[in-house]
Amino acid sequence: MDPRRTARTVSDPKVRQVGFFTPAPPERSISDPPRFQDPIQPPSPSPTQVNDHSPSGNSLSPVMIPPAHHHSDNFLRTALQATSPPKAFSYSAKTVTIPPENEDVASSFSPGRKVVSAKSPSSFPGVKASSVPASELTTVSVVNLPPGISEKAGGASVEVQNDRPVSAKTLKEKTSKAERRALQEAQRAAKAAAKGTCCLCYSDSGVSVGYGYVPSMVYLVYFTFVLNNFVPVDHYVFLAEGTKASSAASMVVTSANTKPSKAAKPSSQKNDGSQVAASEKKGGDRAPEKDRKKDAPHPRMQYDDKSRVEKAKKRAVVKQTEARNRVELFRHLPQYEHGTQLPDLETKFFELNPMHPAVYKVGLQYLSGDIRGGNARCIAMFQAFKEAIKDYSTPPEKTLIRDLTARISSYVSFLIECRPLSISMGNAIKFLKNRIAKLPLALSESEAKSTLMLDIDRFINEKIILSEKVIVKHAVTKIRDGDVLLTYGASSVVEMILLHAHELGKHFRVVVVDSRPKLEGQLLLRRLVRKGLSCTYTHVNAVSCIMQDVTRVFLGASSVLSNGTVYSRVGTACVAMVAHAFRVPVLVCCEAYKFHERVQLDSICFNELGNPDAISKVQGREEINYLDGLVNQENLQLLNLIYDATPSDYVSMVITDYGMIPPTSVPVIVREYRRDHLWS
Amino acid sequence: MDFQVVVLAGGNSKSLTPLVSKDVPKPLLPVANHPVLYYVLHQLEESNLKDLIVVVEGEDAGLLVGAWISGTFVDRLHVEIAAVPEDIGTAGALRAISHYLTAKDILIVSGDLVSDVSLGAVAATHRRHDAVVTATLCCVPICGSSESGSSGGKDKTKKPGRYNIIGLDPRKQFLLHIATGAEIEKDTRLQEHLLHAVGQMEIRSDLMDAHMYAFKRSVLQEVLDRKDTFQSLKQDVVPYLVRSQLKSEAVLSGIPQAEEDGNEKVSFPNNQVMVSQILANASTPSFHELYSMDPDGSAQTRKTHKCCAYIASSSSYCVRLNSIQAFMDINRDVTGEADHLLSDTVIGPSPKLGTKTTVGPHCMLGEGSEMGDKCQVKRSVIGRHCRIGSHVKVVNSVVMNHVTIGDGCIIQGSVVCSNVQLQERVVLKDCQVGAGFVVTAGSEYKGESLARKEK
Repeated sequence: MDPRRTARTVSDPKVRQVGFFTPAPPERSISDPPRFQDPIQPPSPSPTQVNDHSPSGNSLSPVMIPPAHHHSDNFLRTALQATSPPKAFSYSAKTVTIPPENEDVASSFSPGRKVVSAKSPSSFPGVKASSVPASELTTVSVVNLPPGISEKAGGASVEVQNDRPVSAKTLKEKTSKAERRALQEAQRAAKAAAKGTCCLCYSDSGVSVGYGYVPSMVYLVYFTFVLNNFVPVDHYVFLAEGTKASSAASMVVTSANTKPSKAAKPSSQKNDGSQVAASEKKGGDRAPEKDRKKDAPHPRMQYDDKSRVEKAKKRAVVKQTEARNRVELFRHLPQYEHGTQLPDLETKFFELNPMHPAVYKVGLQYLSGDIRGGNARCIAMFQAFKEAIKDYSTPPEKTLIRDLTARISSYVSFLIECRPLSISMGNAIKFLKNRIAKLPLALSESEAKSTLMLDIDRFINEKIILSEKVIVKHAVTKIRDGDVLLTYGASSVVEMILLHAHELGKHFRVVVVDSRPKLEGQLLLRRLVRKGLSCTYTHVNAVSCIMQDVTRVFLGASSVLSNGTVYSRVGTACVAMVAHAFRVPVLVCCEAYKFHERVQLDSICFNELGNPDAISKVQGREEINYLDGLVNQENLQLLNLIYDATPSDYVSMVITDYGMIPPTSVPVIVREYRRDHLWS
Repeated sequence: MDFQVVVLAGGNSKSLTPLVSKDVPKPLLPVANHPVLYYVLHQLEESNLKDLIVVVEGEDAGLLVGAWISGTFVDRLHVEIAAVPEDIGTAGALRAISHYLTAKDILIVSGDLVSDVSLGAVAATHRRHDAVVTATLCCVPICGSSESGSSGGKDKTKKPGRYNIIGLDPRKQFLLHIATGAEIEKDTRLQEHLLHAVGQMEIRSDLMDAHMYAFKRSVLQEVLDRKDTFQSLKQDVVPYLVRSQLKSEAVLSGIPQAEEDGNEKVSFPNNQVMVSQILANASTPSFHELYSMDPDGSAQTRKTHKCCAYIASSSSYCVRLNSIQAFMDINRDVTGEADHLLSDTVIGPSPKLGTKTTVGPHCMLGEGSEMGDKCQVKRSVIGRHCRIGSHVKVVNSVVMNHVTIGDGCIIQGSVVCSNVQLQERVVLKDCQVGAGFVVTAGSEYKGESLARKEK
């Protein structure tokens, strides 16, 4: 290996040499003499090598990318066993029934519920308190907030005399009319402020944005406003209370709000806003602009940029302390003191009004590690969004498309605070937002909601479940009797492949390679053993020993990037490299919705940092405490990486829902199919 | 967040006589010049829970409590009062209001709880695990014996015997066993199959059940309906749920599952199975899930439900007012170390103090109280409109509203209820004086409970 390294440094000194990367290799076909001095190195790691191993005369050529329509039909008929509509991959399929509205909702508090005491939010608030005589529950104190239990009638009654004074202004100023007016005033001022800053920001983009009423601007302003609303709502109220005179209030609020609206800008809104503004002006090319907006690269905070981190903190829902001793190389990634987030989030359980309970629950589960794995996280997120959409109702004077997009964005930013999104989730969110944006304006609210819920169901069913089935079908053809299959970690697809092959009666052995600290492989192992597969379990340290017996390596992936790099659970690269060295074919199983057009060369610039305590302590064994007391030392930095990037050289084949392809063909999939199916 | 809050305020508590009477039901018993219910309601308001059902025992008490709430929390909380007959227990009270419960989860808080345990955290724990019941556990207050210092000797003898025995799983998330003070005899029975499933159980007696529960509504109603004999949440319902968590009767776990399935669409039945399987595989299975699996296959054959525990951090304050000693402790703590529980100032606006009168730290004087010359007040709470003569010494005591204390009285470690008249040179030590009592001049009492005879 040594000659390779030196050669690389000479060839391109600029490349960072971290990870498992060979230098931008010349051409695959041109053999590189110093490279093969090592006797273990295979002569040419071409994807056809894999094909040689499968004598079963498989009809699908691994390299061939099938034409879209013909093939999707094929896959579905065979893989689905006619449980789903024939043209499931295209969203224009009409056979899917629209889900009926759920009736369970009636048992929950819904905001639009009647209150018998005749208090609508718009009536003059806070003045009278009503007692409802004919009910067993006696309302003794009423707030303006609509959801009440007082509507129920009961039999025997206990009446409580409500001889309390009529005006109760002193208790909560918030509810009096004047105050509400002041609040409105403040919000208007905030909008004005945001508008002002927008003008400043985008004047140089060539689009002239007036100060007047431009619909798109209102959208932008609202967008930032919603995002900012999380924490500072009370702030507005307070300000509004303080200064009654409307002009004074607006002045104060303006100055106060300029900052948060700026703070929200480093994220993608800057892009979105300007583009929407531009598209509104140009009119004609609106749709492409929108597309571009959706395709805008996901905002990634550089966490070593102190000013931005400060600003992001201000609008964060979750209060989290940043870990102090971070490894220098990974300073740009967020890392928080573990354990500070959960309690804080929990105590706020009832205070996060805009957050839907389902989303909140998912966030908690991400944070506490109850849900992990790309597919599971994505499904959980989408199911939560579905719940949220089901309970959604458009506020007055807002359009569903814009308001819902903003709402989803706020949910997403909350989820990001709980745990950084995986690439697959990013794709899924893009899909959802795109669907929202593409909703016809004429659609009624309930129709729009059911359409979106259906879309979500479709995404889960077609992009995740069906994909897995298709992948399983492909991959099973690569398993022969007598094979020894190695897998790393616990990938849901790989598990399904193994189980399916077992069901087909193939005789093979499985080596489950695992690693600390998560030990996910044990869970997989448990399920495999229970199904009667013969398994070997080992840790990644022993992978070079066990690799001698192995005939195939099946790996899952968090994402496959367009240069063929496989972004996956940390350790995958190591396993793939060892397999490569032993000339064992490496098959990466990854659903196409996880593909991303990004190019990544190392695992540094984009990664996720886990809890450093997880590696400094051994769970369940308190006696292993060699690092006790050292953790907070200045000169000790703990690094618990979550992902790594496997260069495409070590990957023989990517098995995806469009067939088996060499990693070099990933960009084709990204280009051809994602555009057609995902964003259509 | 789809939570409904029920405050079980109680009514006339026997353990608190003579402090509690018809005129002053337990929820209105003043603690540091605020009714004890105020603390709970305040805490709920702080956590943004503004729709409450307050359950009071007895109709008269209900009227009084309702009047007080409507006066104090008007326009801040949406409170509904339900008066239930006395002596039907907490479970009975819930049964009585059961048909008003509609939300997915119910948060039940005891009205006599003075704590700063975050309600949100309890609810979040409950939701995260999708539990049937989540009980809040807090450390048994050690302050009762260690910090009360001067009057400490006596407390120590009172305290033991009330401990709960609580079994937790190794990760301290699930409740495996709960036995309250009353049922603890010499032996405690643990369930073998539970131990088998969990592998390891941690048994603790230093935790106290704070009477703050989150229940899944469907299950709670089911249990209340089916088990008519259950009287108390703490002694019957929660232990029952904990006991049966691995052999949950069909209804218990059947209902929530049906609800979930109802949400899912029938259009892709196979895929739903896969989705749920993927989700299930993604998380580390708790012992419940492991147990519910057959050893050979993955089919769920045994029904289980989860009983969670939320253990409040040792720094948070959490005491229940269920004895006179607790009453004294809470009064002292609220004015002292746990003064963050009270939002307003400790010393009222206009107490009139005579010359050379000293008021020590951790004291609270209500508005409109007057004190004569050369008085001493230490670690005590004095209510509103009290008139205290000269040369009076008040130490470690609670004096409620409208109390007249003659010259030269010495009050130590005592509770003096409203409208009491102490004539001159009365010496009280560790006494409780019921409302409206008149103590004649020069009398000395020690460790007695004085109350007016009921007419």
